[in-house]
Amino acid sequence: MTTHSIDGFDPGPLRNLARWKRAEYAFWLLPVAAYFALGEQLSLLSQIAITALFALSLDLVLGYAGIVSLGHAAFFGIGAYAAGLMAANGWNDPLAGLLGAALIAAAAGFITSFLVLRGSDLTRLMVTLGVALMLFELANKLTRITGGVDGLQGIEMKPLLGMFSFDLYGKTAYIYSVVVLFVLFWIARRIVHSPFGLSLRGIRLNVQRMPALGAPVNARLVGAYTLGAAYAGIAGALLTQTTQFVSIDVLSFSRSAELLLILVLGGTGSLYGALIGTIVFMTAHHLLSGINPQYWQFWLGMLLVLVVLFARDGVMGGLRALGKRLPGAVK
Amino acid sequence: MTVVFDGIASGLLLFLISVGLSVTLGLMNFVNLAHGSFAMLGGYVCVVLLNRHGVPFLAALPIVTAASALAGVVLERTLYRRLYGASHLDQVLFSIGLVFMSISIAHFFFGAQQQPLQLPPMLSGQFNLPGVDVGVYRLFLIVVGVTIAVALQWMIAGTRFGAELRASVDNPRTARGLGIDVERVFVLTFALGSGLAGLGGALGVEMLGLDPEFPVKYIVYFLIVVAVGGSGNIKGSLYASLIIGICDVAGKYYIPQVGAFVIYAVMVVTLIFRPQGLFGRSAAK
Repeated sequence: MTTHSIDGFDPGPLRNLARWKRAEYAFWLLPVAAYFALGEQLSLLSQIAITALFALSLDLVLGYAGIVSLGHAAFFGIGAYAAGLMAANGWNDPLAGLLGAALIAAAAGFITSFLVLRGSDLTRLMVTLGVALMLFELANKLTRITGGVDGLQGIEMKPLLGMFSFDLYGKTAYIYSVVVLFVLFWIARRIVHSPFGLSLRGIRLNVQRMPALGAPVNARLVGAYTLGAAYAGIAGALLTQTTQFVSIDVLSFSRSAELLLILVLGGTGSLYGALIGTIVFMTAHHLLSGINPQYWQFWLGMLLVLVVLFARDGVMGGLRALGKRLPGAVK
Repeated sequence: MTVVFDGIASGLLLFLISVGLSVTLGLMNFVNLAHGSFAMLGGYVCVVLLNRHGVPFLAALPIVTAASALAGVVLERTLYRRLYGASHLDQVLFSIGLVFMSISIAHFFFGAQQQPLQLPPMLSGQFNLPGVDVGVYRLFLIVVGVTIAVALQWMIAGTRFGAELRASVDNPRTARGLGIDVERVFVLTFALGSGLAGLGGALGVEMLGLDPEFPVKYIVYFLIVVAVGGSGNIKGSLYASLIIGICDVAGKYYIPQVGAFVIYAVMVVTLIFRPQGLFGRSAAK
């Protein structure tokens, strides 16, 4: 694609938006610090990184393309099973597994996107939900391939890049997850600030106007949905590879619902919201369910209701409001 | 034939529970995923009345309906009404939150196990007609379901309240201008929907079972009914419930390997070809 220069149009502000800020550099020091400070919690930390990637994928679909999905776990599950089955059948190079899972999930996303694009919000909710439930039933019934409720076992991974084997302490798993998360985040950040990303934002804000500006709405949404599916697939594959197990739970409704909560908690449409939401949610989950595992769900529900009623913009919204109030804050 | 009969019975049960959802979703344009929680409430109230207080089953049903309707009114007044104008996403999140809370609450009071329910001897057992085994309880469900369907259709189409409801939904501002108390209409409608869900939940303990996971396990069925039938349409919900009930029972009977897959497929295929549902009005936004 070539970039045309338009008279009187100054892309400067857009470029400024795309530039990395100091706070962002600081943010990405967190996982490094966490590695040294919380050495015995590495498996929790890699769970956080994986969930963050998953939340990021939903942010691409919901926050940028504005497609409300109640069944995003479908792609997570496809990725998880794809990676698991590849490894169980002898293709156990981790990176090849990620790539395979991404391609399969993207293909599924591409096909289902046409169903999802039909109709209004409500129809989309139902179709995404229906697709996810169908996959769940499928995984449940095809016990010979997927192991059904018992889960898929016997996954052995080769060492990463032929050098680093997955150890008992989860060091490799953690570093692997964080690096994949960072790389994909960086790509997502490039994408949302590209003309493609900007046109998505335009579509979300005003669907009627975008065709008039020459943006093919449906093609853009298909692209975004496919991309989100690929990201979710990679997240699922990461989970499989680091835990060496696939439970049918990867396709469950509550995973999709929890993910929506995470994203809304963090704030949609900012990428960082997905990451921060995950950190807050997973930490709260870890602490609260440690105190009282059975009633964790009650607080989760309460949180959801309160967020919707009072804090609609999530943590990122709060941070932004705070930033505006502080004089001389970084814009 | 027995399969068809059982399918009709479970379809009508489905209709009782999901018609309330069809009304909130279609007429009031509110995505209430917590609808199953009202049904669950009805189920638990019924079980408690029967097992702990010895109330007869038939006498318990009106109490159950009133209790869930009351819960509906309280929640509508305190919480739901704040979200009428909100986006669908907000409504979804909010009602998922309610579902999670209701599951935990049910866990707290009743534990995770299935709740037993002893039907009165009058309603249990079955008799044989040529070609059909008729379960008495199933027959009872069919009678109740058909009665309520007819009554509802009459109410929406033939009474003053029905006309006010349709007016309030089509154009709340004009309805208000004509002196209709729109808020009151919505509260009553919501109460009616949750009351029916409660009744359905109580009637369904026998067939669907009752445990804290009820709202999540069956919400999909209710949504499918609404999606297939077209929302806000009593006749549509009725036909859709019957289709789903029969497909589900027949699917599980003849090809058990496939399980619930059949009805999900029915839903997705319907939505592909008729996004507004089989009997939907114009695609309501």
